[in-house]
Amino acid sequence: MRFFAPPSMSLRFFPVWRRNLLVWRKLAIPSILGNLADPLIYVLGLGYGLGSMLPQVGGVPYIAFLAAGMVCSSTMNSATFESMYSAFSRMHVQRTWDAIMNAPVDLDDVVLAELVWAASKSVLSGVAILAVVWLLGLSSSILSLWAILLLPLIGLTFGALALAVTAMARSYDFFMYYFTLVITPMNLLCGVFFPVEQLPAAFQAVALFLPLTHAVAIARPLLLGHVPSDIFLHLGVLLAYAAAGFYAATILFRRRLLK
Amino acid sequence: MAVLAANDLRKSYDGEEVVAGVSFGIQAGECFGLLGPNGAGKTTTLRLCLGLTDPDSGSVELMQRPVPGEARPARARVGVVPQMDNLDPDFSVEENLLVYGRYFGLAERAVRQRIPQLLEFAGLAARAKSRIQTLSGGMKRRLTLARALINDPDLIFMDEPTTGLDPQARHLIWERLKQLLAQGKTIVLTTHFMEEAERLCARLAIMDRGRFITEGSPRDLILRHIEPHVIEVHGDGVMEWADREAGGLATRLEKSGDTAFCYAADPAPLLASLSARQELRYLHRPANLEDVFLKQTGRELRD
Repeated sequence: MRFFAPPSMSLRFFPVWRRNLLVWRKLAIPSILGNLADPLIYVLGLGYGLGSMLPQVGGVPYIAFLAAGMVCSSTMNSATFESMYSAFSRMHVQRTWDAIMNAPVDLDDVVLAELVWAASKSVLSGVAILAVVWLLGLSSSILSLWAILLLPLIGLTFGALALAVTAMARSYDFFMYYFTLVITPMNLLCGVFFPVEQLPAAFQAVALFLPLTHAVAIARPLLLGHVPSDIFLHLGVLLAYAAAGFYAATILFRRRLLK
Repeated sequence: MAVLAANDLRKSYDGEEVVAGVSFGIQAGECFGLLGPNGAGKTTTLRLCLGLTDPDSGSVELMQRPVPGEARPARARVGVVPQMDNLDPDFSVEENLLVYGRYFGLAERAVRQRIPQLLEFAGLAARAKSRIQTLSGGMKRRLTLARALINDPDLIFMDEPTTGLDPQARHLIWERLKQLLAQGKTIVLTTHFMEEAERLCARLAIMDRGRFITEGSPRDLILRHIEPHVIEVHGDGVMEWADREAGGLATRLEKSGDTAFCYAADPAPLLASLSARQELRYLHRPANLEDVFLKQTGRELRD
C-alpha cells in the first residue's frame, strides 16, 4: 500500500513554504512580538522574581539557568503551535491544501513544506529569545552562537510531532489534549525550570525519553559556555523523534486525505 | 486525441462501492458533462482522474499519462475549479494567482505577465488588490476559474462551477466557458443543473450509485429516454383526474406530491381533456434533460 511508503521529498515543497512566508510577512511584527512576549515574561518574572530567592542553580544565577530552558521551550511551543493550529486551518478550514494538491504538488510536498515552515518560524522565535538573552548579558560565551544551529533541529522535532497530532485532529479542541498531556509535562519535566536531577528517580527516567530534555541538555551548556557532553546522543534522540514524527505525520495525512 | 480515459474504475469506502465500474474517454476540445444526484460518485470520479486517490481497480490516463503513477506531471497540464471555495483568504486577488502559479513551477515573470489577462477574462481587472473577503460569491468563482487557468491548461475540470450563484453570475461563467471551448480547451463538468449541461456539453453521462446509467448528447438522451411532450398538472382533484383520464391518454404518467407529470408523443388528447377541467392548472412544455435525469435517477431525495 502506498500509504506506508517513505515520504517522497523534493524541492516542490518550496513554493508552498513561500506561500506561508508571504502570509507571515503581512503580520510579521505582531507575530514576532507575540512570540517573544510570553517567554520573556517567564525569563524576567521567574528569573528575577524567583531567582532572587534562590541561591545559584547549577552553579549559575537562576535567570541564566532559566534562559537556556526558555530558548528551547519557546522554540518548541512555536513549532508546535504552527504545526497544529495554523496547519489545521490551512488543511481543514481554508482547504488551502486541497487547492495546492490540484496543482502538480503532492501531499508529501505539502507536509514537508508545513514541517519546514513550522521549523523556520520557530527558529525566529528562538533567535528572538536568544537576542534578548544576549542583550541582558545572561549569556556571553561565544559557544552560545552554536545554539542558533540547534534551533532548526528543535523546530523540526516538535513540528513533526505536532503534525502527526494534526493529522488525527477532528477539530481545534483536540489540540488541548496534546498541550496538557505532552507539552506542559515536558515543560515541567525536561529541565526547563529546574535541573532534571531534582526530580524523583521515576520522573527522571521518564524525562530521559522526552525530546525536550535532550534539547535543553545541548542548549544549556552552550549558553553557559561549556561544550555539552554526550552531544551525539542528544542530537540522535532529537533526530529520531523528528524522523519518526515526520513519517507518522506523512502516513496519517495520507490516510486522511488520499483515501 | 483522448485527453482523459478511464477504464473500469472502482472505489469503495467502508464496503460501499462509490464508483462501481466507470469507463469513459474524453477527446480534446470536447465539453463532457457528468451529471448525477448528490452522492452519485461524481466528485470521487474526478479525484480518481486527478490521482488524488487510488482506485481499488481500473485505470486512468490523464493527458496520456498513467494516473496515479504520473499524476503530478499530468496535472501540470490541467486546471481544476473545485466545488468548495478554497481561495487563499490571506491574499489579495492578484496574490492568489501569483502564489498559485508558483505551485506549477512557472517563472515568476511569466506568471506576473499573465495575471492582468486572466483578471480581464474573469472580469476582475479592477479588483486586483482587493482582499478575498470583499468579493461576492460570483467574483470568487470567477477568480477560482482564473486561478485554474494560470498554467494555460489543456483540460479543465469543473466541479459544480455555478452552484450557489445568482443568474447573472451563472450566465457570465457559462459565457466564459464557451470562450474557453472556442479556444480549443477541453472541459469536464460536473453539475446537477440540467440547463447548464444542456447549454455547454456536447456529450454527457448521467451517473447514479457509482455507475454511468446513460450517455450521449443532450438531444440524444431526450430522444432516447423521454416522450417529446410533458404536461405538468396540479390543482384540486388532479390525482382523481390522473387516475381516471390521464392514465389512458399519456404514454407515461408520474405522480409526485400534488403534481401529475404526463409524458406523451401526442399531447392533443391530454390538452382536450384538461380544457374541460377548469379547476386544474397545467404547464405544457417540451421534454428536457431534467426529465431524463429524473426518469433515470428517480424522484426520491438524496443526501
